Amino acid sequence: MDYQLTEEQVMIRDLARQIARERVVPVRAEMDENGIFPWDIVKVLAESDLMGLHIPQEYGGMASGALAHMLAIEELSKACLGVSTTYAANALGTFPLLFFGSEDAKQKYLPDIAAGKRLVAFALTEANAGSDASGIQTTAKLDGNEYVLNGTKQWITNGGEAEIYTVIAMTDKSRGARGASAFVVEKGTPGFTFGKKEDKMGIRCSATRELVFENCRIPKDNLLGREGMGFLVAMKTLDHSRCGVGSQGLGVAAGALDEAVKFARERVQFGHPIIGFQAIQHMLADMATAVEAARALVYSVARTMESGVKDFSKVSAMAKVFATDVGMRVTTDAVQILGGSGYMKEYPVEKMMRDAKILQIFEGTNQILRNVIGQELNKEAARGGN
Amino acid sequence: MKIVVCVKQVPDTAEVKLDREKNTLIRDGVPSIINPYDRHAIEAALSIKEQAGGGTVTAISMGPPQAEAALREAIELGVDEGVLLTDRAFAGSDTLATSRALAAMISTISPDVIFCGKQAIDGDTAQVGPEVAEFLGIPHVAYVRKIVAVSAAAIRVERLMDDGYDVVETSLPVLFTAVKELNTPRLPSLRGKMAAKKAVIKKMTAADLAIPEGELGLSGSPTQVNRVFTPEARGGRKTLSGSLDEQVSALASELLAMR
Repeated sequence: MDYQLTEEQVMIRDLARQIARERVVPVRAEMDENGIFPWDIVKVLAESDLMGLHIPQEYGGMASGALAHMLAIEELSKACLGVSTTYAANALGTFPLLFFGSEDAKQKYLPDIAAGKRLVAFALTEANAGSDASGIQTTAKLDGNEYVLNGTKQWITNGGEAEIYTVIAMTDKSRGARGASAFVVEKGTPGFTFGKKEDKMGIRCSATRELVFENCRIPKDNLLGREGMGFLVAMKTLDHSRCGVGSQGLGVAAGALDEAVKFARERVQFGHPIIGFQAIQHMLADMATAVEAARALVYSVARTMESGVKDFSKVSAMAKVFATDVGMRVTTDAVQILGGSGYMKEYPVEKMMRDAKILQIFEGTNQILRNVIGQELNKEAARGGN
Repeated sequence: MKIVVCVKQVPDTAEVKLDREKNTLIRDGVPSIINPYDRHAIEAALSIKEQAGGGTVTAISMGPPQAEAALREAIELGVDEGVLLTDRAFAGSDTLATSRALAAMISTISPDVIFCGKQAIDGDTAQVGPEVAEFLGIPHVAYVRKIVAVSAAAIRVERLMDDGYDVVETSLPVLFTAVKELNTPRLPSLRGKMAAKKAVIKKMTAADLAIPEGELGLSGSPTQVNRVFTPEARGGRKTLSGSLDEQVSALASELLAMR
């Protein structure tokens, strides 16, 4: 399919593809097995200028746009979702700064992020605040010129490895969701510590940790936006990042499809390569069609985001839901086509299948996002259609 | 520091097939790549420049007009500029004529350091680097596996040998040839790719170099290829089995029987 990519978008895609093939594929199994954080690959991505695709040029970024960012995520995801999760979560953590940071905060943090010198993490989830983000219990109390943070964030991607954290905490519990605020907290701030690295089913090289705040004092200026805007910050951030999760689903599906086609051409049963059998052909045909449909949706949503429209909650949720469901289904089918080999760790598809599952869960479960889409449909109809 | 790195565009030998009847390489449809050893040379040049905190790296090549692609690829990696020596007069050059032309071209740049790959994967002669140094009348160290120390006056390197390595210190200007142990070549950057897209590759022809006509191309090339052949496979091999003691005595009696 010709998606009419620009010259720069093609360059970014090819560069990410080269990094994925030459630097990620050879080490992905070992990183998965031993849960090794992909610092070596982050360094290569930084040297290749890919860490700053989403950051404006005045802060040292490449300002390449949403679609270019999706292309980079897709290519990395073909090789390893753990790596692409590290990469995409960095952008996720940056969005609150980009959209709500003061000029000073942007000058202070964005150039290092764009250069890949410091990683970022976004901290919203807590033990009692998953799909129901209004259940946040972490508090931030103003005391003189400082906010004092107390509470625990759970399952934070890039936790412990990142040096900059964008954290949602309650400044006024009595106001519910309107009492949440967003802050920047730097690693090393007294009172800010980490739990152990979680042992996960998939994306095992990606770091997931608890963030623990115990009377952690941060400068008042670390507030992003104004008090009470925390929920808005979180929602706008997630609207922007969800299409990227869709691109992860697209990428892992495309990677699994490639493996399935390759295997089906080589595997001989009943005297013929199994790709000649209609049962296999039909499975591959459905997989390939789903991948292309996911790609068309993800790219279109990215272009919509670039066009400057204000509200794209519904379509970015659609890209995430559709493409990550495709990711789960296609990786599962790839394991089926590889049969016993697919179940073995010598082949990459079992890892792809384990990895893909998280995409239906994080950054809004696919059930919650269907709620978002449904509610938008209701609102649109109430406004008199679209 | 002014650094020149010599780059050759070669067919990707991993993709080349042999014409069994003519005993020649089938080059049609085979992708062209930067000679892999030259990638190590480029990396060495770039890292010396970065450590020195300044200077220029110029990639040069001799070849047909399409060899420009190899120079653009070098710019993607961070090389400052590319110069291509291209002229029909160079056609049929052997390593001597090639080295003479490259040396004449390099002398117009007068660099402090020249890097080459140890050999090209198509010809595999490993002659051009040292020959260029001889034409320029400067020292060279071939098979460099490590750069130990760099100053404006001297560079100390390790030279890979069959049985270990030599530590060699040399004055400048100097030419080095790189082995793959020297470094891990970097990948291109996005800014590099954008720069390469826009870069103007300077072209030079035979007329730009003061080389007598008889010393150019085929007429300047004393090398003649008499025959191309596939060497006979060497004799069979034997794997010994059993306990260590049994293997040792089996090996000893085999060796005694051969005496």
